[in-house]
This record gives sequence, C-alpha cells and structure tokens, in this order.
Amino acid sequence: MEFFKIRKDIPFMKHALIFNAISLATFLLAVFFLFSRGLHLSVEFTGGTVMEVSYSQPADLTKVRGVVSSLGYTDVQVQNFGTARDVMIRLPAQKGVSSAQQSDKLMEALKAQNAEATMRRTEFVGPQVGEELATDGLKALAFVVIGIMLYLAVRFEWKFSVAAIIANLHDVIIILGFFAYFQWEFSLAVLAAVLAVLGYSVNESVVIFDRIRENFRRYRKMNTVEIIDNAITSTISRTIITHGSTQIMVLSMLLFGGETLHYFAMALTIGILFGIYSSVFVAAAIAMWLGIHREDLIKAAPKKDEDPDDPNSGAVV
Amino acid sequence: MNRYPVWKFAIIVIALLLGVVYTLPNFFGEAPAVQVSSAKTSAKVDNATLARVEDALKTANVPTAAVTLEGASIKARFDTTEQQLKAKDAIQKALIPEGADNGYVVALNLLSRSPSWLTALHASPMYLGLDLRGGVHFMLQVDMKAALTQKTDSLAGDIRTTLREKDVRHGGITRSGQSIEIKVRDQAQLDAARRVLADQFADLQAVDAAEGGEFKITASIKPEAARRVQEQALKQNITTLHNRINELGVAEPVIQQQGLDRIVVQLPGVQDTAKAKDILGRTATLEVRLVDESTEARTAEQTNGLVPFGAERYLDRNGQAVIVKKQVILTGDNLTDAQPGFDGQTQEPVVNLSLDGKGARIFKDVTRENVGKRMAILLFEKGKGEVVTAPVIRSEIGGGRVQISGRMTTSEANDTSLLLRAGSLAAPMEIIEERTIGPSLGAENIAKGFNSVTWGFVVIAAFMCIYYMMFGLFSSISLAVNLLLLVAALSMLQATLTLPGMAAMALALGMAIDSNVLINERVREELRMGASPQAAIHTGYDRAWATIFDSNITTLIAGVALLAFGSGPVRGFAVVHCLGILTSMFSAVFFSRGLVNLWYGRQKKLKTVSIGTVWRPDGSALPPTSNHKE
Repeated sequence: MEFFKIRKDIPFMKHALIFNAISLATFLLAVFFLFSRGLHLSVEFTGGTVMEVSYSQPADLTKVRGVVSSLGYTDVQVQNFGTARDVMIRLPAQKGVSSAQQSDKLMEALKAQNAEATMRRTEFVGPQVGEELATDGLKALAFVVIGIMLYLAVRFEWKFSVAAIIANLHDVIIILGFFAYFQWEFSLAVLAAVLAVLGYSVNESVVIFDRIRENFRRYRKMNTVEIIDNAITSTISRTIITHGSTQIMVLSMLLFGGETLHYFAMALTIGILFGIYSSVFVAAAIAMWLGIHREDLIKAAPKKDEDPDDPNSGAVV
Repeated sequence: MNRYPVWKFAIIVIALLLGVVYTLPNFFGEAPAVQVSSAKTSAKVDNATLARVEDALKTANVPTAAVTLEGASIKARFDTTEQQLKAKDAIQKALIPEGADNGYVVALNLLSRSPSWLTALHASPMYLGLDLRGGVHFMLQVDMKAALTQKTDSLAGDIRTTLREKDVRHGGITRSGQSIEIKVRDQAQLDAARRVLADQFADLQAVDAAEGGEFKITASIKPEAARRVQEQALKQNITTLHNRINELGVAEPVIQQQGLDRIVVQLPGVQDTAKAKDILGRTATLEVRLVDESTEARTAEQTNGLVPFGAERYLDRNGQAVIVKKQVILTGDNLTDAQPGFDGQTQEPVVNLSLDGKGARIFKDVTRENVGKRMAILLFEKGKGEVVTAPVIRSEIGGGRVQISGRMTTSEANDTSLLLRAGSLAAPMEIIEERTIGPSLGAENIAKGFNSVTWGFVVIAAFMCIYYMMFGLFSSISLAVNLLLLVAALSMLQATLTLPGMAAMALALGMAIDSNVLINERVREELRMGASPQAAIHTGYDRAWATIFDSNITTLIAGVALLAFGSGPVRGFAVVHCLGILTSMFSAVFFSRGLVNLWYGRQKKLKTVSIGTVWRPDGSALPPTSNHKE
C-alpha cells in the first residue's frame, strides 16, 4: 500500500505567504480569545475544592445546587461529569476553612438530601500551592523552549532553531486558544500534554531540516526554494503516517480514557494536527525568510560525518 | 552486510528475558492480606508473633493462603476480602487486647500474588498510585513561624527560671514577636543577666540597650539555631504523623518531607477517608499552663472584662472563659502516653497521662506550689486554643502519672487520648493540598488506562502490518517489546504508576512508532531509488538513525523539563515519558534491526523484501537511474 504517489515536488514555498497568513490569523485569534475569555484554570492552579459525587440515578443538578448554596457557598460550579449520574462540584478556596471541613460538610449535606450519594473523589489545593504550580509550569515551558533552541542551534544553525521554536510556540498558543474559546478546563495534565506536544512536533521540523541540509549537499544546482520544496515533498508521507499513528493512540485515549484523560487527549489532538501544519510549512517558510544558505550548513559537515563510506551522507530520512 | 554478530543477539535475548521476568509480577494481581507490624520498639514482630497470628487464625477458623514473616512484619494472604476482614478482627483480638496500646499495628493490605521465585529475584509489580488504587493524599504545610514563637516562649520561661536560680533580679521578661525582652534595673544586673545568657543560652544572641535610664536586653534566636528548630519541628511533626497513622492501621503509608516546611502524606487503600482526614487534619498541640487566679482574672472570667497582663483568655468545651497565664509549664513533648480509662470511684471517663522524667519533675514542683489552684490543659488546633480541662490541683502529683477527668463522654476520652498519645505537634500544620480517590474510581481508572493502551496498540499494529507488510510486522513486534521493556523498567525502578503515567505509556507507544515509520519509509525510498534489497535495508537503517536520535532528543528535553518542574501527577507522566523514549530507541532501532537481520540477512540473493508497495513515479519495475532532474 502507498498513500503518497507524488510525481513532482509540490511547490509549497510558492504559497508560503498564504500559509503564514493563515498561521498568523489563527495565532491572533487564539491570542484574542486568550485575553478576552481567559483560560478556565483547574483547581490545581486556582486553589479550591473539587468533589466528584455519584448517584445511583441521574442526578438532579438543581437540587444539588440548592444543597450547595444552602451551605452559604457562592460562585460554585455544579455540573455533570462524564455520565448523568456523576456530578462535579467545584468550590472556591476559602480562607480559614480547612478542606477536610469543607468537603465533609458538603458530603453530609448531600447525603442528607439523597442518601445514595457516594463520594468518588475530592481534591483540594491551597491557594499558595496553586501559585507555585503556575510558576513551575511557566518555568518548565521556558526550559523546554531554551533547551530545544540550544539543541537545534548546535545541531543545525540559529536560523533553524528560531524558525522551529516560533512555529512550535505558535502551536502552543493555538492549543491554549482552543482551551480559552471552548472554556475547557486547563489542568496540570493538559500542561504536560502541551509540553509533550512541543517536544514532539519539533521532531517534524528536525526531520525536514535534516532533509534540507542533505539536499543542499546533494543537489548543487537547486535554489533554496526548490530544495525546501523537495525536502517537504519527500518527507510528507512519513510525517503524515507518524502523526497518524500517534493520533490513533491519542484517539484511543479520547475514546477509552474517560473524563480524566479527556482534555489531556484533546490538547494532544489539537497539538498533533496543528503540529503537522506549522512545523512543516511554517517552520520551513520562516527559515527561508531568515535567509538560510547552502554555506550555513555545509561548511562544518565533513568533520561530523559518521559514515566513512559515504562522504555525502548526513542525517537523512 | 545485514548480519548481527552473536553478541548483539545475546544482548537482545538478555534484554527480552529481563523484560519478561520483571514484567511478569504485574500479571499475577494482588491478594487481600492482613499485615501486622510494629509501631514501637517494645512490640517485637518475630516468630513468636507469627505463631500467635497463626493460632488466632486457626481458632477463628479462617483459611489462609499463606502466613509469612517478611522483615519486620507478618503478612497473611487470603483468597477473598471476606476472609481478610474476618482475619483482621481475629488477629486484632489476639494481639491487641481490648483498649491496650502495645504497639502492634494490624492493617488491611493488598499483596502481590507473584510466586516466590519472582520475589526472590526482586521482581515485584509496579506500585500503583493513589488514583489507581484509591486512597488519600495530603500535603501539609508546617507553620514555622509558630514553631519559632513557641520556642521563644519556652526560652523566655527558661530564662526566668535560670535568672531566679542565679539570683539575678529583673524587671520583667516579655516576648515580643520572635524576640525576648529582659528589663533590668542597673548596669550590674545587666552584666549579670548577660553572663547568664551567654553561659546558658547558646541559641540566643543578645543586644542590650539603655533607654531613658531603663536597661533592657533584647535576645533573639540565632539564625542557625532557628534553622535547627525548624528542622526539629518538621521531624517531630513527621514522627507524630507516623504515630497517628499507625493508629489508623494503614499498611503502607507514605510520609515524606517535601521542601523545607512541607510534609506529604499518602494513605493508599484507606476506605474511611473522612476519619483519616479527621485524625490528620486535627493538628493539635498540647500545653499545660496555670490558671490565673488573681481577682482581676476572676472578674475577667465572669464579665468578659479586660484580661490582666501576662494572661490570655481561652474558652473551654462548654464555652466558659478561662483566664490562663501565658507561661507554659509543659508541652506535648513531655508527654509519653495517654490512655482512656475510667475513674475508680466515680466511674467517669478519664484520660490517664504519663510524663517523662523532666516533665514529671516540673509537674511535681508546680503542683506542690499550687495546691488548690487550677491548672489548664490546652489543645491548640490551627492556632486556636481550647481548654480541654482545667482541674483543681488537689495535691502534689509526683511520679509523672496524671489523671484528667471532667465531664467527658467515653468517645471524647478516647479521642482526646488518641490525640495526646500520638504526641503533639511541634508546630501547627495546615492541609494545603488534598486528594481523595474512592476505591471504585481507582479500579475504573486502571481499566480506562489499560483499554486506551490496548486499543491504540492494536489499531497501530494492524495498520503497520497492512501498510508495510513484513516490515510492519517487525515494527509491531518491536512496539510490543517496547511496551514490555517499559513496564519491566517501571517495575524494576518500583516507580509509581498513575493514570497520567498510563497516558504517557500510550503516548510513548504512539511516538515510538515514529522511529519505525522513519526506517520503513527510508528503506522504501532506497528501493525506489534502485538500491538492492540488502543495501536498501542497510542504508535505510543507518540513515534513519541520525534523525531518530535528533527527534528523540527534543522529546526528551520536554520530558526532562516536566520531570524537573512537575509535581504530583505530572511527575508520574514525565517518568514514563522519559523512560519510554529510552526504551523505544532500543526496541525500534536495535531490536527491529535484529529481527530484519534474522529474517533477511542470511539470504545472499535476496530479490524482494516485503515492505508494501514501492511505488515509482515512472511506473517502471526496473530500478531507474535517477528520479531527480539534476
């Protein structure tokens, strides 16, 4: 079987402007939603209490809300979680009231209203912990960005590293934009997914850059645009198949992983889809505009060769 | 050219063997068990105890799968949870007679069913995290400021006593904030007081100042001493938590220090989470002080009036105000035991306290000097004090045995004694993070994670086999080996598997197939360019390696960042993520090459390889010279 029967190199770079305009538009839209709607942060970041209560019959949310507000809580979210029988209650952090008291009291009240209520899970995070998690998350993001940039700068050249990181950070912003637009819950697991996607989709850029470097060596007559087009064309089948395989796994998580893994898988899905697009088209186009030359990549090459039989070999796909 | 030397195959075989051995224990599941361990050095768990446990089970007629002495605990395995519960009652009755606290802890547990030869190889199943097995997780923050304040208070008391012993007169010792102010009348007294401070209180640094004819020494705790106080406070709190949790009967509690002022407590498998929270959340500290019996204090007690200097107002359980002196006579440190009981005469529930040597001496002195006065026992929970009881001292109490009585119910006496017995905390603690997972949710989470991994794997393997034929089969086998090695590595490291960890496992497989796709595509491309099958395999693998290495490094960078900055669930994800990348490099490249070599490598005149369609732009079957217009 072969999905990709491409006779000629596809002139991707002819449309580079369009690709980048689309990217810029989605990016700006994502930024707009991030600012206008903001992220719906999970308790892990904001502090507060989350309780999951399950009933033997579909739960009456209005009654549950009534119980919660009778305890004097305002700004409480009560919603179904997964099935109609499971209810998730989110209480804001309160100064001076311990979590144990909060959740126990509420559970008692819920049991009084309906004896079939059973506690499935509670989670309480103090406000100070939430702040720490948020800063740690930002630190991790910075670490990944700097680490990858350094690695690419050493392995290739600074123009590639800048191009790759711009392309992939724009993925991250777009994932966040989706979470802001749909007001999906942004939790620690989602953050982990975002960072994993960042590391993963840089791969794509690496594969294409590898191919660009190889082409610079091999086809001395081609100009930069042709070289990039050829590199993208010859790697496109691999790119789509690997992303497809990873997406199968993620889909399986989306289908079987339940509510806990839902947004994690969601973030991965968006990341993978936009990852293909941005790391392939956007990264290469940015690299092109930053003005990559044959000389940037070729000069150091002979020293690093790993295969003595083939002086022209480099990292290739 | 496509042959592996024997040693490379040997590495593969050894890796596979290790993988199988260390993965195996995960398949045997867990048996319900009862675990007997010791919380005190006085309670020895040895062969004699083992015999007692066996006897108890025999008399109670509970069939067991095995009763063994492992290290410092006895583990009795059962076939059903029903037997387990029966056995726990029987063992508890035999080892811990009614009301006694002899240091034995009898707890329910789940133990691996894996056969003994695997256990002998130190192959044990992965440790399941709380979200998979159910239980409670707490993070507690120790109030270090309070620890220092408490220490300063007790130092102020010590200075008072010492100065009196040395006959140094002073005009009052007070604590303001974290420092102690000592007022003296003249220069001579100041010098004397300073000498005493320098000799006897190495932890304090003193500064003196003369203010308008008034001499004053301000002493504060030295930074290094303060650090020591904080370390000790944390350590004592951890010990206290250990004791309290032992009272709860949890088989494998995790109590760890995190950072400078935090403690993480994890109680896997705890069913009654409300009780666990209740016992742990009660961060009580105990203090014994004298009740201020002066007339001003008396009126303040009755009328809510102004509290005299050097005293504080606390409420007792009935809401009645009690004015107690600020000076602390004893703290929970001096308490060695507390037991509920009944008064011999009145049959009223009481709490019997035992004090250590120093505590007993102080207590004797204080009670001798204050017969007829009242003494208050205060319990501080979260900075709020409550008078547990304020009995009248009837006579001098020596020997360190104290009985507290005072309108308690039996369960109140039980609770109070448990709190007192578990030792008081050196500093108050507050729960700043809490996670409770019901046991049914844990089992569901396992099923969800397992299903995600299985279905994802099956679909990917099927696709690979259809698309790449034989090479796809090799890739699928490599992927299975990757999973095997990953699970083996996690079991070997005894890493904790959580639901995010299972997600990372699925993701690792999804990403690991990347390497195989790279290789297969490259081999196809070589074939398309007209290379002979053997050469195509060779260059395909060789050239794909550099790319695989690069792409794994970038993924690894993200994984390490998560490991370094992540906490809790994210860390579980990161561990599996990083390990998965490492194992995939072995399985996808080294192992799959081995398979290919084994299959194709020996055929000298290999005409075709089964790698699916090798499509050529010109449609020719013959190798084209070049398909690029150079």
